Amino acid sequence: MTRYIFKRLVLLVIIIIFVSIATFFLVHLLPGNPTDTILGPNATAQNVATLNHQLGLDKPLWQQYFIWMGHVFQGNLGQSYTTHQSTATIIKQSFPIDLELIIFSQIIAFAIAFPMAMRSARKPNGLFDQASNSTTFAMLALPPFVIAPVLVLLFAVHWHVFPGPASYVPIGQDFWSNIHTMLLPSIVLALGGIVVYFRLLRNDLISTLQEDFITMARSKGLSDRRIMWRHALRPSSISLLASAGVTIGSLIAGTFIVELLLQMPGLGYQLISAVNQDDYTVVQGITLFVAIAIVLVNFIFDFLFTIVDPRIARE
Amino acid sequence: MSSVSLTNPSNEAFADIKEEISAEEAADPTRRKLGVLFWICVGWIILVALAATFASLLPLPNPNLGNYNSVQNAGPGWGHILGTDDLYRDIFSRLIYGARVSLVVGFGGALIGLVVGGIPAMISAYRRGRIDTALNTGSYVVLAFPAIVAVIAIVSFWGKSMFKITLVIGLFAAPLIFRVVRASTLSYATRDFVLAAKALGASDTRILTREILPNIMPTIVSFGLIAVATIVVLEGSLAFLGLSVPPPTPSWGNMLNEGSSLLSGAKGQTNPWLVIFPASAMFLLLISLNVVADKLRAYFDVSEIKL
Repeated sequence: MTRYIFKRLVLLVIIIIFVSIATFFLVHLLPGNPTDTILGPNATAQNVATLNHQLGLDKPLWQQYFIWMGHVFQGNLGQSYTTHQSTATIIKQSFPIDLELIIFSQIIAFAIAFPMAMRSARKPNGLFDQASNSTTFAMLALPPFVIAPVLVLLFAVHWHVFPGPASYVPIGQDFWSNIHTMLLPSIVLALGGIVVYFRLLRNDLISTLQEDFITMARSKGLSDRRIMWRHALRPSSISLLASAGVTIGSLIAGTFIVELLLQMPGLGYQLISAVNQDDYTVVQGITLFVAIAIVLVNFIFDFLFTIVDPRIARE
Repeated sequence: MSSVSLTNPSNEAFADIKEEISAEEAADPTRRKLGVLFWICVGWIILVALAATFASLLPLPNPNLGNYNSVQNAGPGWGHILGTDDLYRDIFSRLIYGARVSLVVGFGGALIGLVVGGIPAMISAYRRGRIDTALNTGSYVVLAFPAIVAVIAIVSFWGKSMFKITLVIGLFAAPLIFRVVRASTLSYATRDFVLAAKALGASDTRILTREILPNIMPTIVSFGLIAVATIVVLEGSLAFLGLSVPPPTPSWGNMLNEGSSLLSGAKGQTNPWLVIFPASAMFLLLISLNVVADKLRAYFDVSEIKL
């Protein structure tokens, strides 16, 4: 157990170092130079040299990396060249939107996937099971960038059930209209989660329901409902919860898409605007933040469920 | 007594087995049968691929140039089967030309992923040792980096040509393909027939290509199609974010982007068809790829191979 956790920790450190190096070199090895971007095409050689010196771009690359990492550890991710805001401030302002989207979408996904899987597992290959299997299979072919515009078209533009693009309200300003604007994007993001959670839970429930202790509970005369809730659900939901970490990581593309579509100033929206304006420090900062956040979420879920279910560590 | 039981019961037992087999078949009729749906989906993928390949030979209006004599944002009808977009361009023509991007990036990326990820995976799983451990850990490390964020960063600094996007996405698909191919190679690398080939003095290359490869081929094909679908989604997401092949070249993702940008009505016009048609095209292609992959997997019954 300790050995397993130690191994995971070492892997975590390796991954974080890799992510930081990759993010750093991504910007520095690819064509396009920050100095040219800042000074424009008419810069003199003198100006270029001065700015290179100011930005520390004349130092060897490995030194630049360590200087950059030193700043990162102090929470300094550099400054935007267009708005002169610090990248850390941009992240601080936009991250809560992503967090809210992810939490809402996970609540919706669980609220739909759990009852659906429990109903399906009661009669495998029954009518309900077949219907929900086909539905989730079809949902696999509806990634956020396909389903989000369609749902906005139907529910925001056509039926006016939800507010349309550019109507984001911060949660501190008006709680209920914030929830109202968050619902549609959260539903879009929940769809992917529903597919994964439903399939995992359904399969685990079906195999759990064939175990001896379930037969035992049945022979004691317990009702199906009680067996499902008290005996089958808990051992079956562990792999699902452990997979939630990975699923949250895979949500990131979806959050970018709904944020751009609905013009909500989250991390994805900021990243894409920075990309469109060649604002390389912001791109670098957000990339590093998002990548490390995802790595940490995966690690924490993995770690938590190793404690809950020690069988994972032995596999 | 004993002679009777020697001659007769075999028939009875055989009948029993026969019954069992037919019962199994009845319980799961899809087993060892690809079914009509499979062929419909294969047909659809081939049709889309043919249309995209020979798009310039088809009697289609120019996808990048609007005909200003036609109606702007027209719905489906004669003249323009699926209507026109905000720049008077024919939506049907743009969909067919747009399929090129999805298919080239999807299949090209998967092919790059298979070459870069699959070949090292087979060799490393067969040879084992330190290189295998290092590559395996490496694949974990690269997979931990969210592909979409990395691809956005790379593409935005490097450029948005179809070739570059295919290459970058293909390289990011490689570690995942590495894991799948490695796992299925491992399950065959120590089998008796491989040992037998080794004992007969077959070279490693021969064992890998003649003994192991045919056995893992079903997994490669079925997972390869899933990889194609995943890459098509990734390219579509990039295009939707405006980071794939630049306009006016059509792709389903950037058509959806154009349709969505009109949705708010801020530009004084809306065109629901510019959302509905590209979304449907994407859905049909993805579900076809998924169905074909799923049916093939069930057909070859490779479900026991886990990642």
